[in-house]
Amino acid sequence: MTTIRPRRAAILPALLLAPLLFPAAAPAAVGDPRERLADPAQEARARAIGRELRCLVCQNQSIEDSNADLARDLRLIVRERIAQGATDAEVVRYLHERYGDFVLLRPPVTAATALLWAAPALALAGGATAILLALRRRRVAPDAVVEEAAAPLTEAERARLAAIEAAAAERDRRPS
Amino acid sequence: MSDTGTTTTTPAAAPPGRGPGHDRDARPAGEAAAPPRAAGTRRRWVLYAPLALAGGAFLGFYALLRGLGTGSYDPRGVPSALIGRPVPDFALPPLEGAELPALGAADLRGGLAAPVLVNFWASWCVPCVVEHPMLMRLSREGVPVFGINYKDRAEDARAFLRRHGNPYARLGVDQPGRVAIDWGLYGVPETYLVDRTGVVRWRWAGPITPQILESDLRPLLRRHA
Repeated sequence: MTTIRPRRAAILPALLLAPLLFPAAAPAAVGDPRERLADPAQEARARAIGRELRCLVCQNQSIEDSNADLARDLRLIVRERIAQGATDAEVVRYLHERYGDFVLLRPPVTAATALLWAAPALALAGGATAILLALRRRRVAPDAVVEEAAAPLTEAERARLAAIEAAAAERDRRPS
Repeated sequence: MSDTGTTTTTPAAAPPGRGPGHDRDARPAGEAAAPPRAAGTRRRWVLYAPLALAGGAFLGFYALLRGLGTGSYDPRGVPSALIGRPVPDFALPPLEGAELPALGAADLRGGLAAPVLVNFWASWCVPCVVEHPMLMRLSREGVPVFGINYKDRAEDARAFLRRHGNPYARLGVDQPGRVAIDWGLYGVPETYLVDRTGVVRWRWAGPITPQILESDLRPLLRRHA
């Protein structure tokens, strides 16, 4: 019993550390090594382009990350074009012509996507406005309190205050 | 004793500057003429603007859900980049042993007698089996249906046509799937309507159901006839 326990305890950390020890294993999981271009600079360009292109089948992955058959075909096309000497923009245009804006993970700014692109700025402006309004209201409110407190007590108020104080004093005296 | 209790709460019940109405009443009479009005309209605006926003959001959300229900809105659907453009250049080999003419861009360009359907299919594709009776029906009615067999084995494709019938007037074989990418295909089946001048007018991703046939395809076939 006691000999098994430490051994079992060591398995979990080992499993957790494995990806750290073999970091190269993760990116190689998708994509056959045979797909890669011989020139590392060209291969790096192909990967950068592929990460910007959406897999049409799984949709929330880039073609570099996807295992789908179509993603593999598109990866091969990207590499083929690069090997033929196409620029990055030409490679992207080739697929954009066939699959439209949908294939771009970074959609272009058009009338249809203007709201999408403006949304962060609009949210920030809205939040800033809300904070400014709240701050201004808070600054106005204490002033009003001070103004009213500064007004001198009327005769009736003074009499009521005296009565309250007397009652309080009476209450304090009684229990002791 | 009891009346001192009620009097102490009165000032706290009307905190200045908080809550609608109380603020206006608490102001001295001389100041009451102009500012409360401005404050009132602003307060009304602050109340109605979020309400209008919420109303608009509700309507948008409702339209979205309705679209999802009827199928007119599909967030996963990839709109075809080919609509309104001539068919891409391609030339495909015929299916061996099927005795059907091959298919190329030349067969779709210029001087067609009627609009043509181009259907991408594969024997391994289950929705293709589902839509096959619709293609058979269209073909019997005289609509030219051209096929592109996608990433398939010749013997499997032949067996599929023997078993389910052949609706195709022409059939090209795209084993590597390259021509499919030129068409912007992202799954099988996909069906394209090419008008008489060789321009792509419509694309349907997924099986053609009797509903799609009646609501979408027939009106388009009439319009481009």
